[in-house]
Amino acid sequence: MIIDKKKNIALTGSAAAAKALGQIEPEVMPVYPITPQTPIIETYAQMVSEGEVITEMIEVESEHSAMSACVGASAAGARAITASSSQGLLLMSEILPIAAGLRLPILMVVSSRAISAPINIHGDHQDVMALRDLGWIQIFCENVQEVYDTTILAMRLAEMVRLPVMVIMDGFTTSHCVENLEIIDDRLVSDFVGKCIPKKHLLDFADPKSFGPVALPNSYFEFKRSQLEAVSSVMSTFNFVAGEFKKISQRNYEPIETYQIDDAEKILVIAGSNSGTAKVAVDELRNEGLKAGVVKIRMFRPFPYLLLKQVLNNIENIAVMDRSLSFGSNPPLYSEVLNALFFADKQVKIIQSYVYGLGGREIFKEEIKSIFKKEWENSRVRFVGLK
Amino acid sequence: MNESWKKIEEGAIISHDLKKAPKTGDWSYMKPLVDKKLCIGCGSCFNYCPEAAIDFDVSRKADIDYHFCKGCGVCATVCPKKAIRMKRTSIGG
Repeated sequence: MIIDKKKNIALTGSAAAAKALGQIEPEVMPVYPITPQTPIIETYAQMVSEGEVITEMIEVESEHSAMSACVGASAAGARAITASSSQGLLLMSEILPIAAGLRLPILMVVSSRAISAPINIHGDHQDVMALRDLGWIQIFCENVQEVYDTTILAMRLAEMVRLPVMVIMDGFTTSHCVENLEIIDDRLVSDFVGKCIPKKHLLDFADPKSFGPVALPNSYFEFKRSQLEAVSSVMSTFNFVAGEFKKISQRNYEPIETYQIDDAEKILVIAGSNSGTAKVAVDELRNEGLKAGVVKIRMFRPFPYLLLKQVLNNIENIAVMDRSLSFGSNPPLYSEVLNALFFADKQVKIIQSYVYGLGGREIFKEEIKSIFKKEWENSRVRFVGLK
Repeated sequence: MNESWKKIEEGAIISHDLKKAPKTGDWSYMKPLVDKKLCIGCGSCFNYCPEAAIDFDVSRKADIDYHFCKGCGVCATVCPKKAIRMKRTSIGG
């Protein structure tokens, strides 16, 4: 007998993440609040106190402790999950490469937020971009449905590849706004994520293991090469997990999503909630006769270079919209697109860099439409909505 | 080409042979001495020891494993009965 009960409800991104986490039911959740991720852990705490889920929630003294506790719990063999944003995420940053280096399948939900100084609590991508080199898988979500789905997908992905995963939603725009979504039945989700069965863990008394030893110059290089090899299997495992997820959700998830690109003459590459705005802009532009298309980046780490090259190989007019800066260098997503297209067949390309929305500054459909209508160039970065 | 990286332990998680471990107790310059008459077996030193070098003996009194005790002195500080005192050992020993 197949349970196929689906439910359509309206939730914020934070509540949807908490709902998905509740269905995953981690053993340990070390938490520390920070705007705009706090509603995730508050909602989950309420679920725990009402007896809906059984999880050891540890209210720690800082995000650094939260991630340290996740590492300890995960190394002991428990399913460990946390959430953070911005300065809190950066405070954790010392521990993030440790989680990746120890190959621990920790899941972290991030409500992406601007970083100080000056202080800004609103959404942009600077916090997650600042941590892109630390060995975590990073997946962007466009809307509340994607947050819910990706959280479930990411748990299974993390445990299959044994690498930690960040599920990223735009702070406030997705985390605090209510949208419709479809919830999958509890039993289907718990069957999908299965049980956490670690290969090696601290509580193995029959064959005791040491986690996190010192590796001197004579061996460190080999450990890192071995970790890099694990990352190279992430893309194919993601596709497998997405295939399994489709069976219980009827929804497709791929590392990149293309929208109206078949005969597109101008393509926008973008990640996060504004990829949804861009799709609406493209629909209207198409009606006006402009052949516009969108490529949405879902998986940012590892970056889908081959897929992007295939999709953009013969396109001549490309614009990349970044919601973050990399001081002293090109904006992150623009950088990756240049990397991907360096070996493309058609070398005569225009790739225009745009930076938008820093510190939660709004960007609307009309502004994206006017981006498409402008002449794109290979010169300097353009700032949308800058006063 | 040597490809030993392919066979190296995943996550640098190693099987640990305690018999082969270097005796880090050699690094200490002072050692805790437990007065078993004062010890009440409360377990404070057991919980606090950063090296897990304290165990209980058959009468539930604190027993120090000097192979791995690094002489930090936390046990002596937390003991509610002042049953542990730190004694300087000879230099290098």
